[in-house]
Formats: sequence, C-alpha cells, structure tokens
Amino acid sequence: MRLPAMPDEWLDRSRAVRFRFEGRSFEGLTGDSISSALWAAGQRTLGRSFKYHRVRGILSAANHDVNVMLQDGQKLNTRGDVIAVREGMDLTAVNTFGGLAGDRARHLGMFARFLPVGFYYKAFHNKRLFPAWERLFRRITGLGVIDFGTPHIRTAKSYDFCDVLVVGAGPSGLAAALAAASSGASVVICDENARAGGSGLYQLGADDARRMQTRTLLDQVRAHPRIRLLEGTYAAAYYADQWVPLVDADKMTKMRARAVIVAAGVFEQPTVFRNNDLPGVMMGSAMQRLIYRYAVQPVRRAVVVTANADGYRVALDLLAAGSTVASIVDMRANVPPSAQADALRSRGVEILAGHAVYEAHANGKGELDGVTVCRIDGAGRVVSGSNRSIDCDGVAMSTGWAPTANLLYQAGTKMRFDDLLQQFVPDTLPEGVFACGRVNGFFRLESRIADGQRAGLDAAAHAGFGAPSDTRIPPESEAPSLAWPIVAHPDGKNFVDFDEDLQVKDFENAVQEGYDNIELLKRFSTVGMGPSQGKHSNMTALRILARLTGKTPQQVGTTTARPFFHPVPLSHLAGRGFSPQRHSPLHGRHAALGAVFMQAGAWERPEYYRVEGRSRIDCIREEVRRVRTAVAMIDVGTLGKLEVRGPQAAEFLQRVYTGRYDNMKVGATRYAVMCDESGVLSDEGVVARVSEDVFYFTTTSSGAATVYRELSRLNIEWKLDCGLVNLTGAYSAVNLAGPASRKVLAQLTDMDLSSASFPYLACRSGLVAGIPVRMMRVGFVGEWGYEIHMPAEYGPTLWDAVMKAGEASGIGPFGVEAQRLLRLEKGHLIVSQDTDGLTNPFEVGMNWAVKLDKPFFVGQRSLQILKQMPLKRKLVGFLLAQNHSGQVPMECHLVIHDGEIAGRVTSISWSPHVGRYIGLAFLQPSLTEPGTPFSIRIGDGSMVAAEVCATPFFDPKDERQKEAE
Amino acid sequence: MKLMTCPINGSRPVSEFVYWGEIRPMPDAATCSDDEWADYVFNRNGAPGVKKEWWCHTPSNTWFIAERDTEKDKVLRTYLHGEDE
Repeated sequence: MRLPAMPDEWLDRSRAVRFRFEGRSFEGLTGDSISSALWAAGQRTLGRSFKYHRVRGILSAANHDVNVMLQDGQKLNTRGDVIAVREGMDLTAVNTFGGLAGDRARHLGMFARFLPVGFYYKAFHNKRLFPAWERLFRRITGLGVIDFGTPHIRTAKSYDFCDVLVVGAGPSGLAAALAAASSGASVVICDENARAGGSGLYQLGADDARRMQTRTLLDQVRAHPRIRLLEGTYAAAYYADQWVPLVDADKMTKMRARAVIVAAGVFEQPTVFRNNDLPGVMMGSAMQRLIYRYAVQPVRRAVVVTANADGYRVALDLLAAGSTVASIVDMRANVPPSAQADALRSRGVEILAGHAVYEAHANGKGELDGVTVCRIDGAGRVVSGSNRSIDCDGVAMSTGWAPTANLLYQAGTKMRFDDLLQQFVPDTLPEGVFACGRVNGFFRLESRIADGQRAGLDAAAHAGFGAPSDTRIPPESEAPSLAWPIVAHPDGKNFVDFDEDLQVKDFENAVQEGYDNIELLKRFSTVGMGPSQGKHSNMTALRILARLTGKTPQQVGTTTARPFFHPVPLSHLAGRGFSPQRHSPLHGRHAALGAVFMQAGAWERPEYYRVEGRSRIDCIREEVRRVRTAVAMIDVGTLGKLEVRGPQAAEFLQRVYTGRYDNMKVGATRYAVMCDESGVLSDEGVVARVSEDVFYFTTTSSGAATVYRELSRLNIEWKLDCGLVNLTGAYSAVNLAGPASRKVLAQLTDMDLSSASFPYLACRSGLVAGIPVRMMRVGFVGEWGYEIHMPAEYGPTLWDAVMKAGEASGIGPFGVEAQRLLRLEKGHLIVSQDTDGLTNPFEVGMNWAVKLDKPFFVGQRSLQILKQMPLKRKLVGFLLAQNHSGQVPMECHLVIHDGEIAGRVTSISWSPHVGRYIGLAFLQPSLTEPGTPFSIRIGDGSMVAAEVCATPFFDPKDERQKEAE
Repeated sequence: MKLMTCPINGSRPVSEFVYWGEIRPMPDAATCSDDEWADYVFNRNGAPGVKKEWWCHTPSNTWFIAERDTEKDKVLRTYLHGEDE
C-alpha cells in the first residue's frame, strides 16, 4: 500500500511507470525500485531461492535481495531491491522453470535431506557420471539467459583526484566530508544508493528531529564548494596508496585520494528461525527503507523481533506508517529502559522480553501469515512448552549488524571483535585510511556525527590540511547486536545464507565433518559465496562456528575480503589495450612497396615484400637472390643507436663490452659483445669511433631500451666523465648490400668509396644525396655493403634517392626473413634466437671477442671462472641431407643422442647457395666435430638426420668484402 | 596502484617505474674466491626488511635509490644516487 508523501522520499509522484513482471502489468512511480513498486502493488512473491526454489520477497532492500534477481530483456543480474523501475521494463524472475508462480522446481525443498551440505563434493566425483551431472546442473542452475546477440558496449574509464574520499554518505560520512572540507581539503563523497543520507533519513523511530539532523548535514554538503557528492556510485575496492575505483551505472572512475574515510555503515543481519525466508519476513531496516524512501507500507500487522534499540525505532516507524505492531519479541532477558520502549508501551504494544520467534507460518501461497513465539533462556535455548502463536503478515528482524568493513580489510586494517558491541571494529588502521560511524563501532546518532567530524579532521590533516582532532567519543553502553540470534528448530529451514539456502544444520554438519576453520567452512558449505558475498550471512556463520568450536569470534576470524565489494559489470572493467607499437620513419615506404609486416619487439618490421602472383617463400628467395647477385636495401632503423661522449667514453665501453675499445682508431668499427654479471651473453652490436671522445654504437633491436637503461645506471654508479645519448628514435638507418652496392652509392656521394680509403669495417661521415650520414661497411649478410645512418627525418628522402640510383642495377627492398637467411649462410647468430638466458660467449665461439686481460668489464670474473670449466654445449652449423624430403625440423626441435636430449635447433632455413637446409644448433661438445651425424626429433616424433658443418656456409674467407684485384 | 616518488618527477604510479634490485657491494673481483663471487652473482636476500634498491622512472630514464620496507610494503624515501647524505 502506498503511503502519503514522505519528506525525503525518492519518488516523483507526478510520473507513473508502467512495466511488466512475469507477464503481468504493473504500475509504479518514478524513483521506485522494482521491488518497492511490486510490493506497493501487493505483489509479495518476487523470486525463487537458488537451491530449493522457495518463494522469496524483500529481505534487505539494500542490494542483497539476490533471490529477486531479474532479467530485463538482454540485461541480466538486475537486482529488484535497488534497481529503479523504468517505463516498459519486461521483467522475469531468474532461476524458475515455467515462471515464478508455478516453478516446476518448487518441490526441490522436499528433497533437502538428500542435498546435504557439501553434496557436490560427495556426489560428483565419479568420472563416468560427471558429464551427465554437469549437463543437468548447467540446465538447472545459472541466473538468467545470456543473449549472445547483445551489442558490444564500450565503457569509458575516467581518472580523478581528491584530497579526501569519503565512502558512504550517511550521517557520519556527511559529517566527515564537512569537517575535512572545512579544513581546506577537496572532498569527494560517494554513496551506492541512488540518494545520499543513508540510514539518517530512514532509521527514525518516528522522530523527525533525527531526520532533520541528517537533512541539515546533507544540505550543507550539497552547498559546500569543496565537496563533490556522487550518488549512485559505489567504491568497488581499495588498492594501495588510496586508489579506489568508483563505479556508477555508466563507468568506472579511478579515484586517487590522499586520504580515504570509510563511513560505509553496517549491514543488518537476519535473525535465524524456521521459515525466516517467507515473503513478509524482512530486516527491520528494509521496512524503514520501504516507508521512508518509497512511501510503501511494508506490512499491515507486524511482529518485531529485536535485541537492540533499532528494533524499537522500527516498531515506532511501522506505527507511523499505519501498521499494527502485534508484538515486540525482544530476545534479551531484560529490556533496557528507553523513551522508545515507553512510547510503545503507552500505545499498547506488547513487549515480550526473553522471547524469540520459534517459527514462521505460511499461507497457501507460501507467504507469511503468522509466527509462533517462545521463551528462550540466557544461552538462547528454547524453553519448551512456552510456545504461543501470533497472527501477522510481517516480521521485522532487528537483532544485529555486521560492519561494512570490506574496504577496510582490503586496505590491511587489523580488526578486533568488541565484546560489548558484538561486532568487529577497526583496531589498527593503515596510514591514510580512516573509519567512522557504525563501521567504527558508534551507533548513537550524536556519536556517529561526532566520530565523522573527528575522522574528517584527521583525514584532512593527513592530506596536509589543518590539524587532527583531539576529540574522544564516549563508547556505546548498549549492544547493537545479539551474540546468538539463532533459534534451533528440529525441522530446520532456519536460513543463515539466503543466497545459497544454507540452514543452521548445514554448518553443524560441516563442522562435524572437520571443516572447522572459517576459510574451509566457507568453501565446503559455500556460505558467503553467492551474489551477496556473505554480506548478510558471514557474521552468523562465524558465530555458529565459534559456538560449535568453543572459540571466540576473534579467534575464529573472518574470511579474506577481496575486490570487488560488489559485482562490477564486465563492460566497466574491459578496456582497450595500450601496447605501444613503433613504426620506423620508413614505414610508409615499406607499406607502399607491399611489405607484409611482422612484430619485432616494440616495432613493426617488413617480414618480406609481397609481389603479385608469388608465394611468400618465392618473394623471400627473390629478395635473397637480389642481395647475392645485385643490390638490395633493408631498413635497420630499429637497431638501438647510442652515442657515448666524453674523455672517458672509451673507458666506459671497455667496462660494458667484452672487447677492447681504447685502442680503436677514429673511423674504425668493432664488433661488440655485452654480458651480464653472470657472464651470460646479453646483447651485441657494432661500436664505431667517430672521434677521440665520441663513440657511436648499435644494440639489438629488441635490447635497445633495456641496454640504454642499464648503461645509464652503470654510468651513474661509476661516475665516469662521459655522457650517454639514446639516438634510437632520432636516427634512421638502412643497410645497402650486394655486389652493386658501391656502384649505386657512388652516384649519390663524393666520398671516396675505394677499399683503400673506406675499407671493410670502417666508419665514415659524409653526404649521401646531400644528406649528412654516418656510414659503416658491415658484413652481416655477407655481401659488400654499407650501413647508412642519418637523422630520422631524412630517412625517406635517402631511401628514395638510393632506390632511384639503383634502378639500373635492379635494386629492391629486402625484409627481415631474407636477412635471417642471408646471415645464417654467413653463420652469424642472432642474440635471443641463437642464444638463450644461459648462453655464454664461449659456447657460441666468441672467445675472440672476449678480452679477459682487461682491467675490468661486466661479467669478466664470471667468464674467467667459466673459461676454466669444460663447455656444456656449443653452437654449431649443421646441414640436412642433400636429398632431404618430408618434414623439416623447426627452431627448438630437440637433438636426441642415445635416447637423451643432446641439444636443440636454434635456426634453420633452406639455403639456395648450399642447395640444402642449413641451420645452427646447440650440441653437446662430443658431437660438435664437423661431419658428425646426429638426429633431430621433429614435431610428429620422427627423427631427421643431420650433420655438423663448419660455418660460414657461404664465403668463409670474406672474399665478397675484398676488392677484386 | 602504488605510488613511487621519483626525485626528479615527483609522485607517479608505480607502473611507470622499473625495479632493478637491491644495492649490493660487488666483492673485489681480483681477490675474492669463486664461491664469494658466485654468491654475489646468484644469491639475493629475500628476507623482509628495509632495503636500498635501484629504481628507474622509465619515461624519463631517471635512476634513483628507493629505501623500501618490504615487510610493511612502504617506500621510506627516494633520492638520486650519491645524494643520500
């Protein structure tokens, strides 16, 4: 029944909302939740429970009524108790077979004794039967039906900052926000409810002065220029250093605060008695929410079962809403004197101290129509023969609370169980995290507001504003929670966890089976594992476990609180990937030439250039042929390009590379190998001495960033008189290779390209096509060639000039695949392809590059030790048989010798020059003599014969680098 | 996400940083035994406590030292190498 307008109701009475529920038409008001609209219309059966398919109604109206889970078209997981009803909604209850009223699974409860706690683990371990069980359970469980045609939604993320973030906009949170803001802090206060105010606007006991206190705070918060109020927004988690994701209907905001105040309040906990799940039995606070938020009379004739002052206020609120209160059943032996109790007595309400609800009774529709009450003794045991029936259509449960401490736990707060409050409260809070109000153990309204002010000042002071508070707030004198809100019943159905239909006996059985630790109990019984994540069940479970094991709640402890506090839609979490991809300055040229790109570290590089009508392998072979017989060009701008300058530049290189650089002549280049401290080969490149104090050197493409970073660190540590510049992005580079390369280059430069003045392995500076360049004569691919380095912005111009000049010589581009084969023919290794995280230079035949007699270099001492030890493996060249047909081994295929692993392939390719498959492989030293046969095990398990071969496979004496006489 | 204070760029999310390792004195390579050297190269002390570590703010390539309490997961202070006095 709808009540007259309430002062802070959430409704817009001028706008009715029409919607359908289970095929029937209903009408609510704008601002109604789905449940409140249905309840106002007299609909009490709102959903079916998960396991036994019992009818359920409103439990908390605070986001935990997970049995009222609805599907609205494509939209799943619509929680009726909080989601606002909208015009045209077509809602169906999930978890029913054939609709809510006639659910064919409604008799499952009769089989309850065949479905004991942990029955999953007991019944479904048979491998043969498991697929059948799985099919059955997939059909009968699950909440809603997924429509795979649901459109893809992109949800934006936002980032925000504040000095103080307040989680929860009830009386203490509002007071905290105001106090922090008055100290000068910028404050954000969020609340998961559609409107702020929290319990301050509904836990009234028909006392308007209480409401006005919160109303005033709320008005001040709204008016304060330094406070932003975010309604309908929940703090989903707490991450390190005050990082809190705030989730609203549309997006997630990653909020970074200097201080976080948790003023999240408490969850009301159910009283556990038989049939405490019937529609009509609900939390006292749920009835107050219905009255003051939605102006709905919750029930006509209520029994209030309570053990605290809150229950008395519920009774007064019910009277104010026109309901009858049949009886107040106070589970405490004595009722403390209070104005509320007096007011109720004066209005003729019977108060039964030392009583409990023994069981609730249902009418034909399965909805509440009466209760049996009984006397209980000091330990909560039922006094036999004391039963008495009371007719009612509602029971308000108001016997205790559990702190909404999820974020506090996630932040690392140490909590302590307060025996007077019968509640966990923060004991030691982490730096920058504050708690106030009921979650902090203060329940009287004045105390909550005062505690909020204290926390606000403390948090602002932590954020650098004002001074902390020196207020001490007097502790509570009356327990808000009952230690044992549980009434035993031989026939059970006294529910602890409404998500999972867990009864008291399920816990007794679990403990009897040995699951007597809270974490084990949770996993075995599934308590707290339903959609409400234990918000109304964990505390009761903990109390039961404590009593069964003879421990205190403190000793039992709580389960670990993990993100998220509340289910976050996946669309809010999914986002676009941010993996930066680098393009060389010549990328556009490659694309225009039909390049097929491959991922090489952070770079996209041309794997090969596609030619119309040719296969990939033919294109690559044509590129190889062009390098060997004419001239071709490859973009090597992805190489790391560094410069070290200063009087001690040579000394620096001496220390970081294994070779000698102090004796290099200006204009010379030298191959360089880098090791780490353990002597493992970590990078390689070419060092060029540009002038006495300036060296220009390259690193591998993949190692560029890390090598530069590590060399910077070493330079800081060593304090040498030199500086390091990373030119990787600033320079472009190409390798012009092939017998005709000099002829092509000669057209573009006045430099003397004769062998006498520009010999192999020399470095020269000059102009090519009018562009200032550094050139090195290198032989990676085994042909006469020039590595041309120039400022990145000139790259395309130079590329075009060389391509044009080479037209007559049949020039073309070549890609990474062709280069891999060309270098393989020369026996050149690629670091990280032909080496791994344990390879030392001796294993790959680079003894010549390691100058152990230098005073110091990184890895020297380790290499000295390794040098004395026998090699464990060696990288050698190999050939497959001349007439090899069938499958070809691949990289990483193993070498098998005498049934044991004796090595692995690191590179393999068809060599047009040799006319056979050639490759590099690590082999145990006994197999490394040229001519030694060995076997490679390929993917299908068969063996392929191979033979060790000396490298290089092509031009072993570097004749191609020498000038024809 | 944790924050880390770069001595040059100020407080930044820890995802912008790389951790290199604890500062450990290198034994004299000329005089130490093979075992001492192997211990230096391969063994790390994972016991929780206050550590001096190399960290790098990668976008600006700024190396610095962080004193970190690995037991409390707390950064105590950060400074440039050699500026800890």
